[in-house]
Amino acid sequence: MPESRLITVQVNGKAVSVPAGSMVSAAMLKAGDLCRVSVTGEPRSALCGMGICFECRAVINGVAHSRSCQVACREGMTVETQR
Amino acid sequence: MQFDVLILGAGIVGSACALECARAGMKVGIVEPNVPANGASAAGMGHIVVMDDSPAQLALSRYGRELWQQMRQALPATVEYEQCGTLWVAADEEEMQEVHAKQRTYASVGVETEILDAQALEHAEPQLRKGLAGGLRVPGDGVIYPPAAARFFLDEAIRLGATLLRGVLPVAAAQGRVKLQDGSGLSAGAIVIATGVNTSLVPWITVQPRKGHLVITDRYPGFVRHQLVELGYLKSAHKLTADSVAFNVQPRQTGQLLIGSSRQYSDAVPDVDAAILRRMLDRASEYLPRISELSAIRVWTGFRAATPDKLPLIGPTPDRSVFLAMGFEGLGITNAPGAARLVGDYLLGREPAIDRTPFLPGRALKQAEAMRA
Amino acid sequence: MSMRWDVLIVGAGPAGMAAAVAASRGRLRVAVLDDNAAAGGQIWRRGLGETAEPAKQKMLHAFKECGAVLLAGRRVVQAPEPGVLEAWCDETNVLERYHYDRLILATGARERFLPFPGWTLPGVMGAGGLQALVRGGYDVRGKRVVVAGTGPLLMAVAAHLKHDGAKVVAICEQASMARMLPFAAQLAKKPSKILQAVALGANLRGVSYKTGCWPVAAIGNGRLQHVELTDGRRRWTEQCDLLACGFHLVPNLELPLLFGCRVENDAVAVNAMQQTSVAGVYCAGEPTGIAGVDAALLQGEIAGLAAAGNTGGAEKLVARSKAERAFGEAMTSAFRLRDEVLRLCDANTIVCRCEDVSYGSLKALADEKNNWTDAKLLTRCGMGPCQGRVCGPAVEALFGWKNASVRPPVFPVPIAAFITEPQSEFDNQQALQEMQ
Repeated sequence: MPESRLITVQVNGKAVSVPAGSMVSAAMLKAGDLCRVSVTGEPRSALCGMGICFECRAVINGVAHSRSCQVACREGMTVETQR
Repeated sequence: MQFDVLILGAGIVGSACALECARAGMKVGIVEPNVPANGASAAGMGHIVVMDDSPAQLALSRYGRELWQQMRQALPATVEYEQCGTLWVAADEEEMQEVHAKQRTYASVGVETEILDAQALEHAEPQLRKGLAGGLRVPGDGVIYPPAAARFFLDEAIRLGATLLRGVLPVAAAQGRVKLQDGSGLSAGAIVIATGVNTSLVPWITVQPRKGHLVITDRYPGFVRHQLVELGYLKSAHKLTADSVAFNVQPRQTGQLLIGSSRQYSDAVPDVDAAILRRMLDRASEYLPRISELSAIRVWTGFRAATPDKLPLIGPTPDRSVFLAMGFEGLGITNAPGAARLVGDYLLGREPAIDRTPFLPGRALKQAEAMRA
Repeated sequence: MSMRWDVLIVGAGPAGMAAAVAASRGRLRVAVLDDNAAAGGQIWRRGLGETAEPAKQKMLHAFKECGAVLLAGRRVVQAPEPGVLEAWCDETNVLERYHYDRLILATGARERFLPFPGWTLPGVMGAGGLQALVRGGYDVRGKRVVVAGTGPLLMAVAAHLKHDGAKVVAICEQASMARMLPFAAQLAKKPSKILQAVALGANLRGVSYKTGCWPVAAIGNGRLQHVELTDGRRRWTEQCDLLACGFHLVPNLELPLLFGCRVENDAVAVNAMQQTSVAGVYCAGEPTGIAGVDAALLQGEIAGLAAAGNTGGAEKLVARSKAERAFGEAMTSAFRLRDEVLRLCDANTIVCRCEDVSYGSLKALADEKNNWTDAKLLTRCGMGPCQGRVCGPAVEALFGWKNASVRPPVFPVPIAAFITEPQSEFDNQQALQEMQ
């Protein structure tokens, strides 16, 4: 099922291209950006990869606290680090 | 073991009483069968609020708030004291009239308020729906995290020499003796019963469990800035029988929102009631339309200890060794320090700062007798 | 027109799919709910660069053909009354209500995470976690990866990562070789598992596999740069971009607990027919005890047959299922945590990642004989959005604190889920469209 088609999303204002079918977490990792900043200000990124740990929460298309490992990238999507 | 005073119940009221007595140099024992502050103290919102539903309540809650403000510097950061103020929201002109009446009431006891018109309200809380009439801001009100406050009182009392008897269930309290479930006993010059909604030690009083629901969200800093309460809240709080809901949303220091409130007499089980939860959140979203988009991470229920006249029971009982500090309905957090002070006044023969007669437990006895007649 | 499912299954992993295939043989109306976008569960997570394991392909094919309806992208929120379950669908923003006669819980397992200094740094992930992220499109080509922790998952993950182009620096298994030997003996009895092991070994040629070795700290400035490892005698560091670290698996018990199913020894208690203590509710796979994919497939099939009324068919599988259970027990014993991995935290190490609760603050409470209710009240440990799914197994291992109660919502959901009437008119048409 590998797809060659690329999808471009905006991660904290930067354009990032990932293969179609990729999750938002993959785009954030590729961009080298944090998923979120913890309640005491620590940098955090994805941990469990399966939607249970909530460490990959990000603001996706304006919706805060979205689990980026459970949301597939769509063309033109905007993603921001959850602060 | 012999104590000067035994406090039964390590909720926020019992813990505040324990600290008050320990500070006065008394030998204090605190009896808690479960986890300290795991009843209404854990379930409630932690709103420090001056409430004007009766002159006695107004005096007690104003006193309580003042005491909270005085100890603010001494509270650890975990208590999360935030003087965010209360904003009573008026939906229409009729409620705006109430705003003016409320302001006069507060002014009569020296509580600072500020009337907001529609525009000022919108500026103060942009997430509120448009078209509301205005509101009354009470800037001295605040928010705390009650379990941490209760544990702070308890730890302070212990530091001053009080003894916590945890995992111990009292089954009777009279004549300076507390009988425990294991058959053993404790004695003290005075016994303070602060068991919240549990009246098994004082079956002659009427305290009804009044169920409430709360929802907490993930963190959305700045979504609201004040504790927001609809003016109709007192109408809801004062209904004696019917189930009711009211818009009541609190910003936590963490950026989380605590969403209430519901009141039910009929339901004695702690399960979440989907129908009233729906009504409660529907009400909240009428005032804060975008609240429906926020992520809810927990829903829970708790029971307020409601007396027939909505005033707590503080003071001596016919058994002169037994004192009560219970029946606070939704104001146990605000009123805990004031109640503790009044209990201390009785035990130490001090002059009270406010009129304590409206809270005398004797009235509960009369009510019980009247009901029997 | 309200839809009533004869058999409703939660979880579309191996156990759930096997249950669906078995139950559908009885011409029943069967539906499977899953939080993920596709069937396969975690072990057979589908996505980019997935592998074509024969068992997986066979089951995915059978599942697709069996007539059961897959309702993906749904997280179960609550069970308001017997025979009813409500799930939130992010795609449509609707709380859906499902009615069922029999329910099969196939909720799988998750990795157990243990805290150690630096484990919250970006770049430190679960072992299965990293594999899932790769399936989700994360490109690991050229990345230096240390795989650490415990359990058979480590080797499988390392093999996949190597296949996907990562440079696997080392695999560090905390269990000692001596502990693992009885398990290896069990493995030797099973031809299919030997084949898997040989295949993994071939893929991992040239990668160092160290037993009795575990991470003590993850170090880096803002993100992982190297990991400190030990074998109990000496310490050394490895430079790496990623640390894939998980300590075997723990069952997902939230839903069984919500339904009131009896739990014994950290697993859902079931009889030979996979029936739980609650009438009409079955449980299959890892929640009944971690035993791997073969056990899950068998248990799922048994549960599916039993739920469909074919107990005769189910009984034929019981002996094999028992053997798989024994395999699981040997595995659990082989990968039991050594005491040293429970003593890695310093006072500042975060234990609850949602609320940033430190080990020191929890240790202080534990030392004064407080329990997890105290800790939750006083520190908010476990009170964040993961609802204790990560820190719960950790504090159980560290302090012996157990969480036995679950309240709805079982998963965070938008407030809207509680406001709108649940949509129960989930008609056939829509359901069939979902089948794709």
